[in-house]
Amino acid sequence: MRSSAAVEVAGLVKRYGDKTAVDGLDLTVAQGTVTAVLGPNGAGKTTTVETCEGYRRPDEGTVRVLGLDPVTQGAELRPRIGVMLQSGGIYPTARAEETLRHMATLHAHPLDVPALVERLGLGSCGRTPYRRLSGGQQQRLALALALVGRPELVFLDEPTAGLDPQARHATWELVRDLRADGVTVVLTTHYMDEAEELSDDVAIVDGGKVIAQGAPDVLCKGGAENTLRFTGRPGLDLESLLKALPPDTAATELSPGSYRLTGTVDPQLLATVTSWCAQHGVMPDRISVERRTLEDVFLEMTGKELRS
Amino acid sequence: MTAASPGTHTPRPGAAPLPRMVRAQALLETRTQLRNGEQLLLTVIIPTLLLVLFSAVDIVDTGEGSRVDFLAPGILALAMLSTAFTGQAIATGFERRYGVLKRLGASPLPRWGLMTAKTCSVLVIEALQVLLLSVVALALGWSPHGNPAAVALLLLLGTAAFSGLGLLMAGTLRAEATLAGANLVFILLLVGGGVIVPLDKFPAAAHSVLQLLPISALSDGLREVLQHGAGLPWGDVASLAVWAVLGLGAAARFFKWE
Repeated sequence: MRSSAAVEVAGLVKRYGDKTAVDGLDLTVAQGTVTAVLGPNGAGKTTTVETCEGYRRPDEGTVRVLGLDPVTQGAELRPRIGVMLQSGGIYPTARAEETLRHMATLHAHPLDVPALVERLGLGSCGRTPYRRLSGGQQQRLALALALVGRPELVFLDEPTAGLDPQARHATWELVRDLRADGVTVVLTTHYMDEAEELSDDVAIVDGGKVIAQGAPDVLCKGGAENTLRFTGRPGLDLESLLKALPPDTAATELSPGSYRLTGTVDPQLLATVTSWCAQHGVMPDRISVERRTLEDVFLEMTGKELRS
Repeated sequence: MTAASPGTHTPRPGAAPLPRMVRAQALLETRTQLRNGEQLLLTVIIPTLLLVLFSAVDIVDTGEGSRVDFLAPGILALAMLSTAFTGQAIATGFERRYGVLKRLGASPLPRWGLMTAKTCSVLVIEALQVLLLSVVALALGWSPHGNPAAVALLLLLGTAAFSGLGLLMAGTLRAEATLAGANLVFILLLVGGGVIVPLDKFPAAAHSVLQLLPISALSDGLREVLQHGAGLPWGDVASLAVWAVLGLGAAARFFKWE
């Protein structure tokens, strides 16, 4: 089972009236991985995820989740997945713990509710109505609702949108716990740091299509090169330095004492540069490494900012 | 937040047994309704006040016999309207608006299970209303007649008719429109549905239209049995059955979950 895909979307097309929200999207999510669906607002992320959850019927293409058709085999699928909607789906006057306890009752082997409440820092507001929880607490409650039934696969639609950095990191920790316990996670986000930080696999979506998919570091490595900068004594013998480095590396002295290397910047290259400096009695100062971020990748592919 | 011990989230999915899910959902809905002040005003306070006020004070000419014998069946019909139609329409309309129905749609509880739970919740609240209003009416000197089974059948058919219309409204209109509309309908039917004012007080043309309403059929049918000790009033039963089929059919056809 481990080897088969948790989610397989092929050629998905979804139109609302004459607007095409998803336009031939392909996506494969391996079991036990965290996959980020990354893209600007309106890219088709939510429509794709909601089609996987069985809310939308594809106009074209096929969607299989845990090997099942979410529309025709929804009854079989729903107990096995956890869903966090972009907007909570919780009644404003519903109490936090009561809501969670209720969702637990709908499952056969739910998590222990008091422990979950405690772990998510909702212990102090168990009897508080949903509308009086802070934004972070509301998000965490919605997240808890997705997890309480001990699903194999969870869909989290923008789980950290609007959260402060501390709450975002807490959510990231939770996603890492899920992964460690073998839960497959599909999350949508328009934060590239979130995708880079959390996911095994990133699918960059724009205009209703996946325009790139791969591990974050692979996506960032491809195409343009990375840069290492340092300052030191002016007039270093760059020919000698380059002999110690891989052949695809280039070096320039931008201004006296300010150097730039381009090529495959990895830990090995950094170690070679510093040991060369040590041999030549040079104290390299202000070493900085610039690697491409997913933001750069996105910008190169679409010519657009990710967070538009 | 504190860390989870490894293995806490190890998948172990599965739906709870269906009766447990329906029971839990029905209990949650019932608790939510009973905690809601506005709903209690509509389902408990207004019917009780009307029963006491109009029984004690001779404001409306209720024809022959004691006033409470005329009023109690009408107020029972109104109580069914308040819970099955107005209360259910408003609650469901806002559940739809806040995405509660959508979220439940991704849970193991099937839609028909949710509707069964809603029906159970309505029936529980109605049973409490009938109990309370009967006690109040008896204290005011009510002497009911007729076959309890006939009364139960009328109440159930009325509930089915009101539920269909309430869900139709909740599932097609915006929540705010449902809120306003369901309250307006409640007041209009309170006045023009034979609840407090006998329909024969209206002009003949209005009378013939008003008696086609489901609330009129229910209050008239209940009055036939409880006030006059008649057998099953087939005309009213048929009218309620038609409304139930039309209302539930239209709700099933047009209800939008999101």
